[in-house]
Amino acid sequence: MDRHRNKATILSILSMGLGQIYNRQFIKGILYLLVEAVGIFYFSSRLGRALWGMATLGETARHKVNGKFVNGDHSIYLLVQSLITLIILLIFILIYVMNIRDARRTAAEREQGVKPNSFAQSVRYILDYKFAQAFLALPAAGILFFTVMPIIFMILLAFTNYSSPDHIPPAKLVDWVGFDTFRNLVSLKSWSHTFFGVLIWTIIWAVLSTATTYFGGLLVALLINQQGIKFKGFWRTILIIPYAIPQLISLLVMRNMFNGQFGPINQYLGYFGLDGLPWLTDPFWAKVTVIVVNMWVGIPVSMILIMGVLTTIPRDMYEAAEVDGATGFQKFRIVTLPMILFSTAPTLIMQFAGNINNFNAIFLLTNGNPVVGDYQYAGATDLLVTWLYKLTLDQNKYNMASAVGIIIFLIIAAFSIYNYRRTKSFKEEDMIQ
Amino acid sequence: MSGLKARKTIRLTLSYLVLAVLAITAVYPALWVVLGSFRPGKSLYSKTLIPEHFTLDHYKELFTSDTILFGQWYLNTLKIAVFSMLIGVLLTLLTSYAVSRFRFRGRQTALSTILILGMFPGFMSMIAIYLLLKEFHLLDTHLALIIVYAAGAPLGGTFIAKGFLDTIPRTLDEAAKIDGASNFKIFTRIILPLSKPMLTYIALTQFVGPWVDFIFARLVLRTKENWTLAVGLYDMVSTNQNTNFTVFSAGAVLIAIPITVLFMFLQRLLVDGLTSGASKG
Repeated sequence: MDRHRNKATILSILSMGLGQIYNRQFIKGILYLLVEAVGIFYFSSRLGRALWGMATLGETARHKVNGKFVNGDHSIYLLVQSLITLIILLIFILIYVMNIRDARRTAAEREQGVKPNSFAQSVRYILDYKFAQAFLALPAAGILFFTVMPIIFMILLAFTNYSSPDHIPPAKLVDWVGFDTFRNLVSLKSWSHTFFGVLIWTIIWAVLSTATTYFGGLLVALLINQQGIKFKGFWRTILIIPYAIPQLISLLVMRNMFNGQFGPINQYLGYFGLDGLPWLTDPFWAKVTVIVVNMWVGIPVSMILIMGVLTTIPRDMYEAAEVDGATGFQKFRIVTLPMILFSTAPTLIMQFAGNINNFNAIFLLTNGNPVVGDYQYAGATDLLVTWLYKLTLDQNKYNMASAVGIIIFLIIAAFSIYNYRRTKSFKEEDMIQ
Repeated sequence: MSGLKARKTIRLTLSYLVLAVLAITAVYPALWVVLGSFRPGKSLYSKTLIPEHFTLDHYKELFTSDTILFGQWYLNTLKIAVFSMLIGVLLTLLTSYAVSRFRFRGRQTALSTILILGMFPGFMSMIAIYLLLKEFHLLDTHLALIIVYAAGAPLGGTFIAKGFLDTIPRTLDEAAKIDGASNFKIFTRIILPLSKPMLTYIALTQFVGPWVDFIFARLVLRTKENWTLAVGLYDMVSTNQNTNFTVFSAGAVLIAIPITVLFMFLQRLLVDGLTSGASKG
């Protein structure tokens, strides 16, 4: 009874498309055959090298033959090429499995006496029932190559010794070193001192910058929303301006304004007979400056957000509070604040996570400076991300940078997943529909 | 009673005072660069906020100088921003439509993957992308930037777009289906027209991203003729910060104007976009 089924399965295992042709689905079969042909052509020349490259990362570095340099293996190109080949192999296997399952299912249907779909019918079937998958294919391909592949690549780098000065191709080879990079990061004195110093400042920064912008925004929103304040729209529009100016511009401008020698801030302080402050050059004041400037940038967003929430608080809650004789402050504490906190909590957590990664605010304003003497390539205001950037682009310590990147990711992921799981859209998603 | 009234007056006066101070703080930096860009001379320092006389020389210099190819950069940036916006919006829309409207195997996985991938620091992948572009001989081309910006778009926008699409009642789809509309027709005739506000929001963020991104653009674009505005401006600051402040201001003003105007114009939409993120997560 299962004659068709097994034959189709075996044929499609032998080569993609044979099973379909056996099932009299010729166009589909030929398409599959073509994929198989392209695949064999592609992998015959690359797969072996990819596996070898992945395992060894190259065996001969650039060397001299008769006084001339001969190119050897470039470990990093090899790694990227191998990775691309392996990802394509994965897709190929996926199509192969699809092909086998398709052949088997169609053959099984034939045994029941169902006529196999014609090509037009197959297309129709995909559009009607596999629409989502077909729709997702394009974005998925983009994400696979420009996000997933690079991330895997960087994760792999953390387990190599790819760093200057001793392991930079093409002159030298790169090797797998296991967890050594991570071990060095937390236990080697020079690195761990920098790492923990930067980590602590990153956390302080994230807490302070989130709290100041959030409560600042709350304060401004309440101020504008007070009874009796006129021209509410006007105030809102004016105070939104910092949000409308691209951060790139506003932060670079701020950098000039806080310039210790010529900047207007110190100039104005001078008018009051005060000495100027070393806003960007003293470790402590630089930290103050980035937080203050970040308030300027961030308060408008919180303000908009909270003003939006304020309009959704039902009036009768206030009326009930008034009946109970609550004062203005009590109304705020018992009604307004909990309502706002409740509905902005997810955004608050995401802002916190975003601030850990707030590259622009630091890099454009202070560049991570002022430099701290006993840090490894980091300054007093450097966050983990900006340190990562310096390690990669300026110092070529790629393995260390990747390790730092993985740690940042773990921190952010913990917050985001926690946040995501508790939001409504995750829990009650299917209840709306 | 009069005591209460007096207290109210004091409270309001104080509030107005604080608001006025805040408003000045909010506007001041913008005002300062705009006025700085009209100031004769080159220095950052000036005795007064409002220059004694105004000059357009710095704007002229931007477009005539040999070292600052501002006009060229403007065109480059516009090209990159527009194309990556179009493709990026399309990709985001495809993704969010699929995850919002269909229940298929692997859907939750797809959602979590998008969420998790979005959490990696963007430039952690920079080196790999750089090598990848080198493999395909795309370095120093605008196509490379367009592809990378557009491919990254679904990671940032999908959740917002999905949140919006979830609010369009499914009964609309079902009614159309009963009338014999295909999935594709439902998408183009029902979903697209209804998601205009969301489309505008995503388009705007997708447009602004390339406009101001200098990290990745600086890595990919090597020759000066190919630079974008952000790369050029950052170069101006990092190479001659104090020596030519006024030209920098003029450049900054020209870069900021389109974005600021768009933002103020679409304020309502942005507010909606932000707040919808708040309640839906």
